[in-house]
Formats: sequence, C-alpha cells, structure tokens
Amino acid sequence: MSSKAAAGVAGIVAVAWNSGLAMAAADPYQLNLPEPQTVIAQQIYDQHILVLWICLAIFIGVFGVMFYSVVKHRKSKGYEAANFHHSTTVEIIWTAIPFLILVGMAFPATKTVIAMKDTSNPDITVKATGYQWKWGYDYLTGEGEGISFLSNLATPKSQIDNAAPKGENYLLEVDNPLVVPTGKKVRVLLTANDVLHAWWVPALGVKQDAIPGFIRDVWFNIEKPGTYRGQCAELCGKEHGFMPIVVEAVEPEKYAAWVAGQKTKLAAVAVDINKEFTLDELKAKGEAVYSANCAACYQANGQGVPGTFPAIAGSKVATGAKAEHINIVMNGKSGTAMAPFKHLSDVDVASVITYQRNSFGNSTGDAVQPSEINQLR
Amino acid sequence: MAAVHDHDVAHAHDHHPTGLMRWLTSTNHKDIGTMYLWFSFIMFLTGGVMALTIRAELFQPGIQIVNPEFFNQLTTLHGLVMIFGAIMPAFVGFANWQVPMMIGAPDMAFARMNNWSFWLLPPAALLLLGSFFAPGGAPAGGWTIYPPLSVQMGMGMDMAIFAIHIMGASSIMGSINIITTILNMRAPGMTLMKMPLFVWTWLITAYLLVLVMPVLAGAVTMLLTDRNFGTNFFNAAGGGDPVMFQHIFWFFGHPEVYIMILPAFGIVSEIIPTFARKPLFGYSSMVYATASIAILSCIVWAHHMFTAGMPVTGQLFFMYATMLIAVPTGVKVFNWTATMWRGSMTFETPMLFAIGFIFLFTLGGFSGVVCAIVPIDIQVQDTYYVIAHFHYVLVSGALFAIFGGAYYWLPKWTGHMYDETLGKWHFWLSMFFFNLTFFVQHFLGLAGMPRRIPDYALQFADFNMISSIGAFGFGLSQLVFLYVVLKCIRGGAKATAQTWEGAKTLEWTLPSPAPYHSFETPPVIR
Repeated sequence: MSSKAAAGVAGIVAVAWNSGLAMAAADPYQLNLPEPQTVIAQQIYDQHILVLWICLAIFIGVFGVMFYSVVKHRKSKGYEAANFHHSTTVEIIWTAIPFLILVGMAFPATKTVIAMKDTSNPDITVKATGYQWKWGYDYLTGEGEGISFLSNLATPKSQIDNAAPKGENYLLEVDNPLVVPTGKKVRVLLTANDVLHAWWVPALGVKQDAIPGFIRDVWFNIEKPGTYRGQCAELCGKEHGFMPIVVEAVEPEKYAAWVAGQKTKLAAVAVDINKEFTLDELKAKGEAVYSANCAACYQANGQGVPGTFPAIAGSKVATGAKAEHINIVMNGKSGTAMAPFKHLSDVDVASVITYQRNSFGNSTGDAVQPSEINQLR
Repeated sequence: MAAVHDHDVAHAHDHHPTGLMRWLTSTNHKDIGTMYLWFSFIMFLTGGVMALTIRAELFQPGIQIVNPEFFNQLTTLHGLVMIFGAIMPAFVGFANWQVPMMIGAPDMAFARMNNWSFWLLPPAALLLLGSFFAPGGAPAGGWTIYPPLSVQMGMGMDMAIFAIHIMGASSIMGSINIITTILNMRAPGMTLMKMPLFVWTWLITAYLLVLVMPVLAGAVTMLLTDRNFGTNFFNAAGGGDPVMFQHIFWFFGHPEVYIMILPAFGIVSEIIPTFARKPLFGYSSMVYATASIAILSCIVWAHHMFTAGMPVTGQLFFMYATMLIAVPTGVKVFNWTATMWRGSMTFETPMLFAIGFIFLFTLGGFSGVVCAIVPIDIQVQDTYYVIAHFHYVLVSGALFAIFGGAYYWLPKWTGHMYDETLGKWHFWLSMFFFNLTFFVQHFLGLAGMPRRIPDYALQFADFNMISSIGAFGFGLSQLVFLYVVLKCIRGGAKATAQTWEGAKTLEWTLPSPAPYHSFETPPVIR
C-alpha cells in the first residue's frame, strides 16, 4: 500500500461528490442520494455532504501521516526505531478534538430530527398499510377523504423471468400510484396487515417501518410536480423486492380533478354489494383477484409450494365447509403465512372464494355471494 | 512438588491419545484452538459459497439462478453462519492458542469444559445448515429473525433457534474459561496492566459475551414459544409488540459487533509494534479505550432501529451515544499510527494485513458515523450502504485481523515459516477484490437500492455486476490462504523461537512449535 492508493481513494470520493450534485434520477452511475424534493430531504443531503467532507479531511490527515511513516520509517532504508510510547498531552488532544467535531455534526442533525418528527397540522392525512406484498392507501382527512385503493407492482412477470425485455421503470412501477398535491403538508400514517414493511421514498427523505398492530407517522411536502419512486425497505418475505412505492405529486387543480374521478369510481363500486352474481361471473372475477392476491404463494395452478405453501387444489378447506373457508380468508391463520384478507371488498372476497372452490379440479359448485361476506363484517 | 512435576512430564509425553480420540477427547488448549480455527474456516467457506450464490443471482437484473424464497434463506444463513460459525469461533480459537502462552500459563483453566464448548459447535452447525432440508427450508427472515415474519417460517426456524441456543451456551462456557484463565493463571509479576493487549481485549470481550448471550437466548426462546406454544410476546393481536423483539435482539446485537471487533483490535495491537520494532503507543489509553467502547456498546442498540419509529428524545439519545463511540475508536487508530511513526518497519504479511485492517476499518468507521446521524440513517437504513458499512468493519476489519493473526502466529503453531510470497499475494488479492466488491455498494445504497432483494431496478445493474465480479475474486483468493496454511503445516523453513525480530510477548520465549503444555514452570515477569 502506498500514499498513491490513499490519493486514489480520495480522488474517487471527490469525484463521487461532484458528480452526485448533478445527478439525473435513473443514472446507472448515480453515486449520491437522489435529488432532494422536500425540505427535509435537502437537509439530509446537505448534512451527508458535510459529513463526507469532514471524513475526507480526517482521512487525509491520519493516513497522510501513516503513509508518510510507511514510506520513510522503514528498516530497509536503515531507519532506526525511536522508543517513545506515550504522551499524555497528545492523547488528551486527540480525544478532545474528535469530540468537538462530533458536536459540530450533531447540531444540525438534531434540528432536522426535531423537524422530521413534527407531523402536526397536516393538510392531508393518508394511511399506508403494508400487505404481503403490496401497499394499500386510505385517504383519511383533507381533500380526497374516503378514497381508498391498493397499489400493486405493475411490472409483468415475464420481465422478471427474463422472457420479455425489461421496461424503463422495471420493478419501480405500480398500477395505482399514491397521488398527492404539491405544496401541501401530507402526513402518512403507517401500519401493516401481516409482517413488518417499510415505506421508503428516497427523494422525499422519508423512510418508516410499517408495524402490524401499531401506527407510526411521517410527513412530507413536495415542491415540484413529478413521479417519485421508492421500495419496501424491510424484509417482508419472498416478494419483498417486488412491492414498490410510487408517489405522484401534481398541482392542486389536477389533484382536485383526480379526487373527483376517484369518487365517481368509488360510487360505481358501492352499489354492487347486495347484487346476486352467477357462479360464472364470480369465477371470472375471482380469477383476477386470485392472481393479484393469492398466486404469489399458492401459484397460478393452485398447487402451492410443497413444504412451504399448501395446495388449494383438493385441499380440505377449499372442498370442505364453506364457512370455514370464508373464515380463513377473512381472518387468516395464525402461526402461518396466511394473512387476513379482510381489506378486500365483499365482491372480491366472495368471488375469490368461489373461484378457489370451483377451480384446479375443485368442484363444490358453491357460489359465495358478496352479501354473505358483508354479514360477517 | 518434584513428584508432581515428574508426573506432569510423563503425562505430557506418554498418555495423550492419538488419531481421532486425540481430537474428540482433547483437553489441550492448542488442540482445541486448532479445532476452533479449522471449524471456523470450514464455516467461512460454507458462508462464502452462500454469499457467492447471492452475488451470482445479483449479477444481472431479473431472476436467473435462485428463486426469491431461497435467496432469502441464503442471505439469512450467510449472516448466521459467518457471525456464529466463522468469526466468533475463529477468535475463540486464537484465545485458546494464545492466551495461555501470552500470560505464561500451561493451559486453560477449565480444560474439560474447553473440550465441551468446542464440541457443542459442530452439532449446532449441523442443526443450522440442516434447516435447508427441513420442510419449508431454512429460515428466510434475515439473520435478525424479526417477528412476525420469523413466526411465519417452517420448522427450519425452530432448528435455527436451537442452534443459536447451543452456540450461545458454547460461547458462554468459552468466555467463563477465558475470564478465569486470565484472572487466575497469569505468571508471577504479570499485573493486569502488564498483560499483552490481545489478552486485555479478550478479557473485555468475554465479559461482554457473558452479558449479552443470555439476552439473545431469551429473545429467541420467546420467539420459540410464540411460534409453537401460543404465547404473544411479539404478536400485536395478542397484546404483544413486534418492536420489543428488536429492542431485545439489538441489546445483544450491538455488543455482538464489538465482540467481533475487540479481539481484532487486540491482534492488530500485537502485530503493529512487532513490525514497527517499537513499543505500542499509549498502552493504558488503549486499555481504557477498549473498556469504554465495551461499555458504550451496551447503550447504543436502538441505532439499528431509527426507522422503526421512536420518540424524538429516544432518537437523539441513541444518536449522541453512538457518535461518542467514534472517540475511543479514533484514539485507537491514532495510537496505532503513532506506534508506526518513527519505527523501523518491515512489511511481512501480518503487517500488511494489520495496515490493511487500519485503513479499511477506518473507512468502515467513517460510514459508521454517517449511519449514526439519524437524518442520514433514515435514508441509508436497510440499504446497500449499510451492507457496505458492516462488511468494511467485519470483513476488512475482523477477518483481515484474523488473517494477520494467523500469519503472525503460524510459525509458532506449526514450527515452520509460511510462504511469504504467497501470503503477500493473498493480501493484495483480498485487498483489491474486497474493495471492488464493497466500495460500489456505498453508491448503490445512496442511490436507493434496498438490501435483501433478489432483483433490482435497471439503474443499479452496472455496480451490481462490478460487485459480483469482486465477490468471486475475493472468494477464490481465499483458496490461496488455504494452500499457504496447508503448505506451512506440512513443511517449510524451520521457525526460530523468536521468529519475528521485534516480538516482545511471552509466546516468543517458547520454542517453535510450542510445547504441548505451554509453560510448565511459570516465567517471572519483572
């Protein structure tokens, strides 16, 4: 090792910062945090740069001395060893100086931590729920109150299995993004349905674990319209890498239009509850619900994964009493990976159960109606 | 007294069994140390193969080699095997070989317990690795086995829990043995403040182990009863709290990372003065720094949980406490630098690994400070930045120190010099490929790549490919080490008792290879 190596590493670090400053969103050689889109993300970005400079200065100081010594104080150059082995003054100095540097770093960090935690007076509150493996969003207060939807990975399986060319936003695209207005304080309440997840959007400077049975909250206020992408950041099972988060920030007028559109959709779905469906209608609808919610574990053919996920084909539950089947779908089965699916609509639960009881070789002939599910709520 | 002595000599030369029974029934600190070291090397290769499978899958975007479920099993077992199977037993192996020789004792204090604490490890390892063949496969919830995910696993999780129990028992016994040996069996005149620094760091490490291993045992036992007996410690629906597991786990987990680095500090503090031909600078401040790091390590655990959500005062407390650790750690780096300053240095393989250690461990320390600052940690928590950070402190930290120590003491252990040229190749190849693997992971993490994912967005493709190439290079370089060690055992230039010109500690007063019972008459330290 030589002082050249030290200079080399220092050079790489320096290049990293400079190029990081002018970085596009999906640059394959992005070296730094993404371009900040909120006040907090900007503070994080700046503090990171500050800490890097301080570290670089210390690095050059310490390893400058060490590599000077490595080059000069060698036996092969005939250098005679000195015999000093302590100096109280020096030791006090190099204990005190790092302490003061750390205080200097902690000061701005403390202010940011306090600002991050201030979730008071939001314009809009959204609840984000982590499911294995998708996000659900419920607009609780503010403009858009009452809107609620699930947000699934939109990348087709064929791209993941290398059967089709991968798209530009491979693994970072969803069917229903979280839409928020710009210039408004949005508070996100986080919880989970089954296991831990974490809601992370780097450009917003927000990451928070979603914990089943508990509520945590974070906030952001996006200045510029745009699409900001993130991913689940807490290991949540086999599809952990496949539950992205997409936040679409739009101008307030566009947001109002989006809210109106969602309300119309919601009203259209609401009338269906007491309608009677035929077996075929339920099966057809159930197949779509099944592939979005069940196929990840039970597989598209209902055979499950031996040893890990039981088969639905020919299973006692799917061919036995209807009530028990409904109970397991609604409430899950504790101690197993089977999570409750109460969050699906009555129509979805009824149709997916009907589909499971009349597919993969199962033929109970049962048609479960949405009203039967509704009674259990 | 003379009679007793005669008996000892007779015992040493006549009665110990040979062949398999020598190893199964051994109560000798050197044989047991050897077994610990080979066990850890085998586990290192096992965990390494898992790491290479992970890196092979991540070579390109898309799913190619393993399915996501098996991928999660690999990341989980890679962590558990490397921590409990490779790094920790390697340091216990060093302690077994070196502590008695460095304090002028004949053997460890509890010779039979020493045998037992080693022989608990192979069954534990079989249980852990056997979980791959259990229905549902190995645990796939990450090495941190957070509930509720770990409650969802198959019986492989229960096997891992029992393996952790057994390895914990082994660690506790090993630590009690080390503490007793150090406190009671030092040669006359060797006061605590005259002990070699390696002995000091192990003494402190052993206390940490005794303190935290039972905490881990408690956490995994609660998990076991949650899984099998209907308790609700970590189940919110039954009044429990999943975050409580994280608090208990990290109360073990953070001291654990210092358990894996303090003995490394000790080894480096032996190597640097030897090859600088100059006494260690600031011996007493080194001891105090080690002790303060150990104490601080017990009050910083929640910095692993900044994104789990806690009150603002909690976040601030754990941030300040964590940042404080940089002070004693800095003192150590400055002391090593001052030891080298105006020495008369030579650069044999142990010295190269020791300098490589200081250089890269310091980089890992810098990224540690970055992670300690709450706002920045919010961005880097659970990303590849953290992966890069802890591999800088555990691979180029703990592992490089283990390699350095192995080269340093191999002549004493085998009686032969190792192949210096190949040793240097091993160092430079490891150094190059290690950085190729892990330096780019800082960039991946900052740019937004989460950890523990089997597939990633296209913008991360190039750095992942570089990292995978580095990983394979690093893995293959370790075969050089295996070859050097085997060659050194089988023959080579005779090592002298002193071996290294600048070495000052007691083991160098013994012949090479060291006799069966290290010091039969205690040396007197003035």
